[in-house]
Amino acid sequence: MKLETLQALNASRAARRAAVVVTDLQTGRAEAFVEGDRFPDEWSAVISGALRSGRPALAMIEERSLFINVHLPPPRLVVIGAVHISQALSRFAPVAGFDMTIIDPRTAFATTERFRDVELIAEWPDDVLAGRPLDRYTALAALTHDPKIDDYPIRAALEAGCFYVGALGSRKTHASRTERLQGAGVGQEAIERIKAPIGLDIGAASPVEIAVAILAEIIAALRNRDVDGQGGAR
Amino acid sequence: MTNEMNVLDPLQIAEAWYSEGRTVALATVIETWGSAPRPVGSHLVIDGDGNFQGSVSGGCVEGAVIAEAADVIDSGAAKILEFGVADETAWRVGLSCGGRIRVYLERVDG
Repeated sequence: MKLETLQALNASRAARRAAVVVTDLQTGRAEAFVEGDRFPDEWSAVISGALRSGRPALAMIEERSLFINVHLPPPRLVVIGAVHISQALSRFAPVAGFDMTIIDPRTAFATTERFRDVELIAEWPDDVLAGRPLDRYTALAALTHDPKIDDYPIRAALEAGCFYVGALGSRKTHASRTERLQGAGVGQEAIERIKAPIGLDIGAASPVEIAVAILAEIIAALRNRDVDGQGGAR
Repeated sequence: MTNEMNVLDPLQIAEAWYSEGRTVALATVIETWGSAPRPVGSHLVIDGDGNFQGSVSGGCVEGAVIAEAADVIDSGAAKILEFGVADETAWRVGLSCGGRIRVYLERVDG
């Protein structure tokens, strides 16, 4: 592998951008590609498939034996709101491989007693996200119902191209949210990326079941995300 | 939500070692059969003195990969190594788990 290929790969990884390295096993020639790049036509399908699944692959393309290695940043889950659903999510999102953070400025909700196993930050999302920006490998779930807390991180997540942006609330709540976001200059296409009502429709009734529905929807978005365009979540 | 890289990250170590002027080989698991201990894509980095970080198995075949790395560092020619119970060297450097792996071993070049 050329040093410059290794350097490009490490730079992508440090920047939390998905990368693939395609190595020709006969010639030893290796090339690095970053998610969002335009891939060579003949390799596009295997590179996209590897990026989507996260699984490296061997492929024989045009009589060349290739190894496609994949380097995905670990997915993060940022939850706005230290609510009952978040408590359930904090139990099983880490088990599913997500690096989870909960942000809620309301100190009555954000107590370490309620959240033992995940990072909990009792500050305003605006302040937290200023120092720790969201990215394409982050899912954001806004669960407070409170526009003062939820609206800013939803906008930030749409701008950052988070692979998942979900917001809790009834259709009525979401309609008024949509109006506020439009008023703040958020485009229609971005607004349509918000998953609301949040969670896959599995008839979830309790907070724990809603958390399952949300996590399933996040996993579906991760595995079906748009890897060769700039679109983030679909 | 931190952006910290693992200090034992073989790819970062490969880059750092190279920049220190060391010769470096990189081993990558490219195929596995059965119950292989490390998944496809795993890396082991080796320098010209035989120092190494990372893993391509649970410690079963690293010694053999490190020995081969000296050749790869000298010649610059990449090679593919295969280890497993069916391999003739299995009694010497096999995978006790009964799996088989193929490892691609290459030199890092400027």
